[in-house]
Amino acid sequence: MKAKVDKEKCIACGECVEVCPVEAIEIVDEMAEVDDSCNLCGLCVDSCDYEAIDMPEVDAPETEDLESYKGVWIVAEHLNGEVHSVSCELLGAGRTLADKLGVELAAILIGDQLQDAAQQLIGYGADRVHLVEHAALSPFNDESHSQVLTELIRQKKPEILLAGATAMGRSFIPRVAVAVKTGLTADCTGLDIGEDGLLYQTRPAFGGNVMATILCPNRRPQMATVRPMVMKKRVFDEQRQGVVEPFTPSQEAITSRVKVLDTVIQEQETARLAEADVVVTGGRGLQKAENFDVIEELALLLDGAVGATRSVVDEGWKAYSHQVGQTGKTVSPKLYMACGVSGAIQHVVGMQGSEIIVAVNRDPEAPIFDIVNYGVVADLFEFLPAFVKKINEKRGE
Amino acid sequence: MHIVVCIKQVPDAKNVRIDPETNTLVRQGVDSIVNPHDWYAVEAALLLRDEYGGKATVMTMGPPQAEEALRETLALGVDEAVLLSDRAFAGADTWATSLTLARAVEKLGPVDLVICGKQAIDGDTAQVGPGLAAHLDQPYTTYGRRLELVDGDQLRVERLTDFGYEVVQMALPAVVTVVREIGDPRMPGLKHKMRAKKLEIPTWGAADLDLNPEEVGLQGSFTQVVKVFSPPPRSDREMITGEVEEQAEKLFKLLRAGKVPGL
Repeated sequence: MKAKVDKEKCIACGECVEVCPVEAIEIVDEMAEVDDSCNLCGLCVDSCDYEAIDMPEVDAPETEDLESYKGVWIVAEHLNGEVHSVSCELLGAGRTLADKLGVELAAILIGDQLQDAAQQLIGYGADRVHLVEHAALSPFNDESHSQVLTELIRQKKPEILLAGATAMGRSFIPRVAVAVKTGLTADCTGLDIGEDGLLYQTRPAFGGNVMATILCPNRRPQMATVRPMVMKKRVFDEQRQGVVEPFTPSQEAITSRVKVLDTVIQEQETARLAEADVVVTGGRGLQKAENFDVIEELALLLDGAVGATRSVVDEGWKAYSHQVGQTGKTVSPKLYMACGVSGAIQHVVGMQGSEIIVAVNRDPEAPIFDIVNYGVVADLFEFLPAFVKKINEKRGE
Repeated sequence: MHIVVCIKQVPDAKNVRIDPETNTLVRQGVDSIVNPHDWYAVEAALLLRDEYGGKATVMTMGPPQAEEALRETLALGVDEAVLLSDRAFAGADTWATSLTLARAVEKLGPVDLVICGKQAIDGDTAQVGPGLAAHLDQPYTTYGRRLELVDGDQLRVERLTDFGYEVVQMALPAVVTVVREIGDPRMPGLKHKMRAKKLEIPTWGAADLDLNPEEVGLQGSFTQVVKVFSPPPRSDREMITGEVEEQAEKLFKLLRAGKVPGL
C-alpha cells in the first residue's frame, strides 16, 4: 500500500516531493507519482494544497458490540494512596469529554486502602470510582494492574480510557491495549470529541517536529496516555457526590509473574523542576557545558530550577534529570526563560503551559519566538549578565 | 542464553526542521541512524551474553535499507541479525509493530530475553516493548538500568520510576526495556566489523511469520493519523528591542508587572 494521488486534482507543484521523508514521490509526466518506498506516514496529505493525495483507506475489524461501549474512564495513579496530580488533570480533561458526549466520567483506582483517594477523585470531577482493593495490588505492579484493568474493561466497556503519560502509565497501559485489542495513542497534549463522536487525540510526531491528530475509529475503548501538566484540573469540590463501586478481580488477575522486591523513593532534580516558580533553560546556543554557569546564576537569583533541552542532554552538558520536553519533564512555572533554545516542538510541548514564556536567542527566525510572550533577540552571553545585573540593582525597589 | 534485541532505524532528528513559510516538515537529506536509545539495549544484551554465555540476535522491522542499522550493531559484537521487511509492514502503528516483532521472536525461539530501548526518538511512544511482552504473554519491565541473572533463570532488574527506583524480579523468558544508565555502548571492534560486513542477514516477510496482510502494517493498525500540522504562532507576543542594557531593563519591568516572584 502507498499514498494515492488523485490525477484530476494534482497540478504537479512538487510540494509533496519536498515533504516526503523517504523520498518516495517524484513528478512524472506532470503528475506526482508515489513509489513502493512510501511508508504511509501521511505528511504529504497535509502538504497538498489541492487535496490531491490521500492515504489508502483501510478499516480495521470493529470491536464486537461497539455501540455498547459507553462512558469516559481515567486511570488514577497514586503512590501509597496519595493521588498523583496528573490524575486530577485527567479528571479535568475527562469531565469535558464526558459532558460533550453526555456520558458518565469514572475513575479507576487500583491498590489497597484507597477510600480517601476515592473521595478525592470524586471531588475533582469523577461521577463514579471503580475501586479495586487487595493487599496483592500494593505496591504498583505492571502485570497485575494491567490484568485487573483488562478485566474491568471487558466487563464494564468504556468508550474512552485515559491514563497519565508517566513512567507508570506508559509502562502498563500498552499491555492493556494489546490485551483488549485496541489502539493506544501515547503522550497526548490535546483531546477533543469530534462531530462524529470520536476522540481526536493530538500529540507531537516525527521526532516532535510536527503535531499529529490520531483516531481509533473501529476499536473500543479509544485509549490514550496524556502528558502530565498539560490538562487543567478543576477546583476541588468537597461537597461533590459520586458513587464508589467496589470491584472484585479474579485470582488470576491479581497474580503477577513479576515480583517487586524493593521500592526506593528519592528526592530528585525533576521534582524541583516540576515545582519551581521559575525555570531557566539552556539550549544548544550555550555552546559548551561550562557555559551553563550563566543559566545557573540566573536560576539561583530567582530561586528557580535549571532546565535543559534534549540536545544539551545528549551532548552530556547537563544530566537527564534537567531535561524539559517530550522525552523529559513537562513544566508549567510562572516564568519560563529559554536561553539559546531553538524551539523544536519536542521541547515546546514540555513547557508551553508556562504562564510567561521568555526566549533569548541570537537568531530572530528561531521557532521559539513563535510561542513566547516576550522575545529578546540578543547574544545570551551579553544579555544574561546584563539582566542579572539589572535584577540585582532593581529588586526590592 | 539467547537474547534478542529489537532496534529501529530512525531519521536523525537534528536534521529535521519546519519550513516557516509553508509550515511543513523539510527533509533536507535526512540521514537514518540507529535509534539512540537502542544502543543501550544492544549494550545490555552484550553485557549479559559476555557474563553468562549464549548468543545475542538483533532484529529490526523496516524497509530493506534498515539492514544497515543491523550491520552497525553487528560491528559491536552481536552474533546474528534478522531483518523483518515487507511492503505489507508499512504504516504499522505500535499494535501491528509489536505483533510482527512477537511473531519473529517466536520464530527465532526459544528466546530467553528480549531487550528494547526505552522508546524510539521518532515516535516517542514507548509502547512497542510492553506491547511485545503482551503479544508474547511474557513478564516484562521497563526503564531498566541494571540487569542481572539470579538463581539461574530469574532476571533481576533495577528500574527507574518517576519517584526513584524499584527492584523487580521475574522468571525468564521475559521482556525488558532499558535506559542509558545501563552503560555507554562499546566501540566497534575490527574483527566484528569485518564479520558485520559479510554476515548473511535473513529477511522475513509477513508470510514467513504466518501473518496475514490484514494483521500487519497500516491494515493491522487500529489507530489512524488524520491530520499532521505545525502549531500556529502565538499572536500576543512582544519582541523586546534596543541595546542589551535597554532590553534587560524592559524585560525586568515586564516581568515585575507580571508578578514573577523574586523581582
